[in-house]
Amino acid sequence: MGASEEIMTKSLDKSQFDQWFDQRFESKMTEREDAHVASLAIIATKGTLDWAYPPFILASTASALGWDVSVFFTFYGLELLKKNLTLEVSPLGNPGMPMKMPFGPKWLKDINWKVPNLVMAGVPGFEKVATGLMHQTVKNNGVATIEELRSACIEADVKLVACQMTVELFGYSPDDFIPEIKDWIGAASFLPVAQKSDVCLFI
Amino acid sequence: MNTVATQFLDARGLNCPLPILRTKKALNEMAAGETLSILSTDPGSVKDMQAFCKQTRNELVASNANAGEFEFFIRKA
Repeated sequence: MGASEEIMTKSLDKSQFDQWFDQRFESKMTEREDAHVASLAIIATKGTLDWAYPPFILASTASALGWDVSVFFTFYGLELLKKNLTLEVSPLGNPGMPMKMPFGPKWLKDINWKVPNLVMAGVPGFEKVATGLMHQTVKNNGVATIEELRSACIEADVKLVACQMTVELFGYSPDDFIPEIKDWIGAASFLPVAQKSDVCLFI
Repeated sequence: MNTVATQFLDARGLNCPLPILRTKKALNEMAAGETLSILSTDPGSVKDMQAFCKQTRNELVASNANAGEFEFFIRKA
């Protein structure tokens, strides 16, 4: 112990020392908080047009906030990394999905068409029509397309990683996917990323 | 409001999260101390701009609303 520290320890009583410590601790913690870059890890598992939105909206917004973002695409989520996005929406078995017309007079737009599951399942092309209507609704409301959000993520250096096992399981060819995929990995590689992240979401 | 902006962003007709993404992109190309003016019609952008500025430490100098349009002035930190 140096001479000056010895003097300091002797001349400080406990309450003074506690006060000094609290202040020092507070300022060090603030310093640390300010220097910390927040991080987000998302596991994207769904491959439909509607479920493509949450991972890309959250990832692009987090990157705009200056966060460090990784998205792990697995199972049907891999559809979101295809060069040609052919995502569709299925209203079948989804009673939460409003079925409204994106065109026509307001009274027509306001009607929520309650189509029974039996009809949705039985009419050929029902999903194609629903997908077309969703594209129109997205356009009418100035909501970004999935392509736009994905490009925003790539531009902002969001780390897009894909599940190697799924590619083999579903018999995909690596050529089907965008070249911006940072890595082809497994659960053991992604979990440590998720462990270190401030926010981790399974979508 | 007498805030003088050097850059302008028209985000009218765009919905969440596009106004924020475009704002971030515009700010990236500006120098510190410069002010960006943004026009938006997305009601959600009012709270989002506040949260964005707080997180990114840019200063939300002013924010006005009139007739369904929202105007923001952000000074780049």
